[in-house]
Amino acid sequence: MGLGAYVAVSAALFALGVTVIIARRNVLYVLMGIEMILNAANINFVAFNRFNGDGLDGRMFAIFVIILAAAEAAVALAIVLNVYHLFQSVKPSEADLMRE
Amino acid sequence: MELPPKVFYGIMAVLGLVSPIAGFAAGGPLGMAFGLFAFLVIGGAVVCLWEPSIVRSAFSLLATFGGAAGLFLLLGADFLAVSQILIYVGGILALILFGVMLTPPDLTERSVPRVAGAMIAVGLAVAWVAAKVSATVSWAQAETLPRPGGHAREIGVGFLDPAGYVIVFELAAVVLTVALVAAVYIARRRKLDYDQEGSAA
Repeated sequence: MGLGAYVAVSAALFALGVTVIIARRNVLYVLMGIEMILNAANINFVAFNRFNGDGLDGRMFAIFVIILAAAEAAVALAIVLNVYHLFQSVKPSEADLMRE
Repeated sequence: MELPPKVFYGIMAVLGLVSPIAGFAAGGPLGMAFGLFAFLVIGGAVVCLWEPSIVRSAFSLLATFGGAAGLFLLLGADFLAVSQILIYVGGILALILFGVMLTPPDLTERSVPRVAGAMIAVGLAVAWVAAKVSATVSWAQAETLPRPGGHAREIGVGFLDPAGYVIVFELAAVVLTVALVAAVYIARRRKLDYDQEGSAA
């Protein structure tokens, strides 16, 4: 399987992640969509690294993406819990205090 | 148009059987593994998008993350595959499930027209970009190149090599510490909340 196949899988995963973020009305789905998008980026990094000869750069990038995704997930979960506590809702459209 | 769950999961099961076979026809045993993992990645994401129950959506991400780990294995990045399973499946998915458990479920939230509309819009955008990319980039040369190293030892040396990634490594450590402490700080219940509950009761 060549580079194109991996990039195609990654593009499909990215598209589905964006779709999840747009279509579902729940902050947790937004989180899941973000994780899908980060995973798609990771597949791309590793695939281009594998088919581009020398060096570790792509893998290192992927590892740092995973690290940042873990940090992001922890902070985002804390924010979700706080938003739920404040608005009694997990719909992103209802967190609109700054509009008033 | 609302698909019954049995029909939807039946279609997914058929696709799950077809994609390894198609991969085998295209590229032998490695192609078969690629077909299976690619199906896991995309099928998990599709189930996550379609499924009304958020618990099932969260668990379908298991397939997506596991399939991505399999793709990393096929690409020769074994250390990355194991860290993917450890961190994504063991950590991030568990965090998402905590979020699911701590917030109320809403089984009526998914609407088929909105999902279909978003799929069409994003699909058109991605198809346009894909058409542009495949017209300008030549994918031909890559497959014969030697497979690079990148097992645990080389990655560890790369992390600690002053000419390598040591700065980024330290930076990642600082970021993780700050983010985790901040997460605990944000998520804690403040004294004010307890006072309000006390006065309300």
